[in-house]
Parts: sequence; C-alpha cells; structure tokens
Amino acid sequence: MAVVELKNVVKRYGGGLTGKAARSEEAPAVDDFNLVTEDGEFVVLVGPSGCGKSTTMRMIAGLEDNTEGEIRIGGRDVSDVAARDRDIAMVFQSYALYPHMSVFENMAFSLRLKKAPKSEIDQRVNEAASILDITHLLDRKPRALSGGQRQRVALGRAIVRQPQVFLMDEPLSNLDAKLRVDMRAEIVKLHRKLGVTTFYVTHDQTEAMTMGQRIVVMRDGRIQQIDTPNALYARPANMFVAGFIGTPSMNFMKMRVGDDTRSLKGETARFRAGDAFTGDLLDSHRGQEVWVGIRPEHLQHHEGDAGALENGLSGTVDVVEPLGSVTMVQLEIDGHRITAQLEGDTRARSGDTITLTCESARLHLFDVVSEQALARQPVESAATA
Amino acid sequence: MTSEVTAKGTGTAGSASGQGASRRRRAPVKRLMAPAVIFLLVWMIVPLGMTIYYSFQNYNLMMPMMRGFAGIGNYAILLTDATFWDALGNTLVLVVACLAVTVGLGLLLALLFNATFIGRGVARTLAISPFFVMPVVTGLIWKNMLFHPVYGLISWAMRSLGLEPIDWLAHHPMLSIIIMISWEWTPFALLILLTGLQSLPEDQIEAVRLDGANRWQEFRHIVIPHLGQVLYVVVMLESIFFLTSFAEIYATTSGGPGTATTNLPYYIYLNAFFQYDIGLSSAAAIGAVILANIFAIFLIRFVAGNLNAGSAR
Repeated sequence: MAVVELKNVVKRYGGGLTGKAARSEEAPAVDDFNLVTEDGEFVVLVGPSGCGKSTTMRMIAGLEDNTEGEIRIGGRDVSDVAARDRDIAMVFQSYALYPHMSVFENMAFSLRLKKAPKSEIDQRVNEAASILDITHLLDRKPRALSGGQRQRVALGRAIVRQPQVFLMDEPLSNLDAKLRVDMRAEIVKLHRKLGVTTFYVTHDQTEAMTMGQRIVVMRDGRIQQIDTPNALYARPANMFVAGFIGTPSMNFMKMRVGDDTRSLKGETARFRAGDAFTGDLLDSHRGQEVWVGIRPEHLQHHEGDAGALENGLSGTVDVVEPLGSVTMVQLEIDGHRITAQLEGDTRARSGDTITLTCESARLHLFDVVSEQALARQPVESAATA
Repeated sequence: MTSEVTAKGTGTAGSASGQGASRRRRAPVKRLMAPAVIFLLVWMIVPLGMTIYYSFQNYNLMMPMMRGFAGIGNYAILLTDATFWDALGNTLVLVVACLAVTVGLGLLLALLFNATFIGRGVARTLAISPFFVMPVVTGLIWKNMLFHPVYGLISWAMRSLGLEPIDWLAHHPMLSIIIMISWEWTPFALLILLTGLQSLPEDQIEAVRLDGANRWQEFRHIVIPHLGQVLYVVVMLESIFFLTSFAEIYATTSGGPGTATTNLPYYIYLNAFFQYDIGLSSAAAIGAVILANIFAIFLIRFVAGNLNAGSAR
C-alpha cells in the first residue's frame, strides 16, 4: 500500500534506433501528467484509445521510461528502478498467464522467484484462490479455463504478490457484457477488502464511473480533468469531458448570449440562464455565441404551448427508440442533432414536432473557442434542482 | 409400444439414408486419394521392399556367378565388420555434436536477432545465407578456402598470429565435418527459433518482469518453455538430416583418414559403389533405417517428456 505521485511526467517516443526522424517532432504521448493518489485509492484512467492512459500506467509499472518528470511510489523515486524491483502487480488485458504452468504455479511464480518458503507460498496462494473462488481450478492449465476464470487467475496472481500498487490495464475488455458487469463489482469489492492503491485503465466510461473513487480523464496525452465520478458528471471542465462522461452523451448546441446577459437564444431554442450562472461570466460573453450542453436525461417533454416557455426548444422527431423504461428520441433542432431521454410511455412518433424543456440549473456552458466550461454551477443547485 | 416402434422405424430409416449419403460422399474421396497413395507406395514401399530383398541375397556385381539366397549372411558380415561399428559410432557422434552446436548457436543467434538494431534485416538475410549453399559447395568452400593448410583463410589467420597452421581435415577430420555441417545448419535452427521467439507475446515477458524475474529467470521460465515445441521440430528435422549427411564428407575427407569420418551413409556408398556388394550395402541400409527409427522414437519420447508436454497449447 502506498501513495503514488506523478510530477510533470512526460513521455515522448522516437529518437530511438528504430524511430523515424519525423516521430520526434510528434506531440508527446503523455504530456505534463500530475497526480498524487491517496493511500489505498482506486484511480481510474479513462479516455479514447491513444490518449496515453496505458502509457501512463506502463510508466508507473516501469515497462516504459518516463522522458521527463518524476514518479514516486511510497515516497521512493522509482524513475531509475527496474520494473521487477518496483513491487507492483499488473493485470493485463490479455491476462498474460503463463501457458505452461498450472493455475497454482502461475499464482505462486513470483513468490517462488523470491524463494519464499513453500508453506508460505501454499498459504498465500490458497488464500488468494479462496478469495477469488478458484480453489477448484488450481491444478488446471490456463488453456482449460474460460475467459472469466482466466481473469480471476490473473487477479489472483496479482493478489498473491501483496504489492504496493495494483495496475489493471483494461482487464475486463475481453469478457462478455454480463461477465464484465459481475467482475466490475467483484474488483471493487476486492479493492475494498485489500485496500491497495489501484490504477485502472479503461476506455469505457461506464466502467470508470462505477469503479473509480477518482477518475482521470485523458485526451491526446493530456489530463482533461481529475475528479470524483459525480463531480465529473455534474461539472465537466470542458466539452470533451462533458461529451465523454455519461450515456447517451451530452447534446451541444450553439446559442447566443442575449444583451441582458441572462438569456440564451438559438434559432428556435431559448433559455433563461437563471441563478445557476454567475452574471459576470455571461456578462463577458454578452452578444457572443457559446456552446450550450444539455444531457439527454435532463430534457423533458413539454406538452402544451411552446410560446409561453422560458426554457424551451422544439424540433422535428427523427428517430424514436423505445427501451421500455425510457424512450430515446432524436430530433433536429436549429441544425443540431439532439437526443432526449424521455419517459417510457412518451407517445412521440417520427415526423412529429415536439417541445422539450430543461431546467436552467442543468445547463452547461462552454466557450466556443477554448471549449472550456464557462460557468460552473454550484453542486447544490444541480443536485436540488 | 407403438411410439417405440415408430421411433425405431424412423431411426433405421434415418441411419440408412445417412449411410447412403455418406457412402456417396466417401466414394470419390477414395478415388481422389488413390494416386497419392499409389505414388507413395511405389516411391517408398517398393524401394524399401527391394532393399530388404537384396539384403538377404548374395549379390555382388563383381561376382555375377555367386547369386542366391544368403540368409542372414549379409547381416552377420555387417555385425562383425569393425568398419560398420566405426560408421555407426561416427554417425552418432556427428548427429549429437551437430545437434548441440546448431541448436545452441541457433538459439543464441535467434535471441540476438530478435533484438532491434540498425541493419537487422540485412544481417538476418546474411546469417541465413549458408543454408542456401549446396552441401557439395559447402564442402569445397571449407576444404579449399578455409581449412586448406596452405591457401586456407584459417591457416593465414593462424600464421599472421605466429601460430603453426593446422591441416584440419587430416588431423581433426571429425571436428572439421562437424564444423562444416553446423555452419550449414545453424541458420536453419536460427530461422525456426527466431519465428518461435517472435510469436512469444510481449505481455508475458512484461508480466514475468513485474513478477520480479531477472533476465535469466525470464529466459528459463518463459522463453524456453515457449520454444519447447519449436525446439522439438528443429531437433527432429535436423537429426533426420544429420543422419543422412553425405555430400560434405564425400567432397572433403571421403570418409577418411582411415574410417575417421565414415558415417553410415558413406559406409553404404562405399560398399555399393566400391565393393559392388549390393547385398551387404542393402543390409547396412536396413541398419540405417532401424537406427533412424530408434533415434526418432527416442527423441520423441525425450523431447516430448521434457519440453513439449508442458508448453503444448
């Protein structure tokens, strides 16, 4: 168990023997990564593929060198420490079990390398096996196991080590959907039981939201936001995070801030910004366009006269997807594609013109140029509204 | 009762029609396979049968009058012929030594060529090129350009170092043959072992590193078991080729000096084309077949037991 610190960590590829000259000109794979975990924290690194999340994890593991910056594990600078001396256990996407060893041997391997006494090896392997419920598989070879069982063995191999830090690199992505949900809960439980600082890499925002105590959202090698799941959802720092977190993803439409700095106007849509936004921020954008973000689940069907609405947008329904508990409706409003998650019994049909409304406290505003969030709503107002 | 009968009835009908269908399907298979089977029979069984037949005959081309059934006469001569036992010993030494050198050296080179360095592609091609040199040419190159006590490159090198040049083929004939054959076959081992190394998943190496293994443990516990099957193939194929080594010996030492480099194939050649004793050489050939089979069985057992059993996937 340990605190992991990353300070100004940069990873650049290229410049090596095989690297092409052009690659050294490329943007760094990881740029200025700063993070200090708490002891025993579960940190999720999430982002689209190629965002540098796996590279970051591999740098913590010592499988890649950091070009710049400092990595500390338990206070010790590990930049020059080899992977095998970092006391870190990693669960790989492919599980990377040793095919010629039985499950027991796989799990015991690291202890055998350390020349631990046989009784201790037996005890620790059996303990880990019983936690993961794989005691009956100990004699089998990995090839005789199902995907879910292999996953457990891979976890078991990590647990037996009793390492300072767990690293998990998309460990669930090779499992089928149902198993993935089960293992998700199991890993969270396991973490709670063992209390080991854990880094978890995924591209799946649902996994990130359900598992992480803190989530690091990355794009193009840069951290976009580090926050708790709820805060990421309620107060995304920029349009990327806003669009990435939450399913279905947030709707965006361009609107103009009115001269009264309180109203937002599109072609047909209009909002009153209300108290959720500080007047100053809108003041500075008086008369300018801003991106308005609305989560599909915050849109409501308004039956009745649209003209009287302060917050309203109407458009023609394109596609209706009834999912039972909810109905997803896609419509075209002022040239933007908008998805609304309406109640299950909504009787909208494609071709209909419907009016939607949204509480102003639920709106997210972003600068058109920088795409950074403009005015952050206080959590309370978002929660109580 | 009725239902049972019905079930039976349909069952028979079903299986009957199934049989008919499968017979119809199987018929052309046999006919299509026939040419290959006949070809194999003619190509392998007929010569083997003829060899067995001649091995029990008195048949020397120089003594056309002395024909007839010899019983185990040829085999008796063979077993009492000191040269045969020398040849057998030489064959075993040659096979085992060449296997050790080619596999050992091939593995080292494969590990080397698996790393990334500038000009790896060119270096790989060059390293593999000895394999494409014909055995006779190999023999002549080594005999005249490298081993030659006067004109050879090795002699020149030794002389430049102030050492006495060695007449390799005269004084270390078996070692020379082993060096030549190993030079020719190490690329083969390298090639196959390199493909084996390249199929080793990167994440297994990473996993074992994180598990705390050093380079040697990584090699011992992950790389070698992974290469198990590939090593098996290399050892199997090479031992069959080494058992039949002939051209290199023919082109250099001609089995000499004395019988120092006479292996089984060369012994058979000598008996057939110098003594013209077809009967005796046929008996020796049968001996070689038996040896090859013993070798194969031993190897399969040994390799399968030690390496293959664990790593089969």
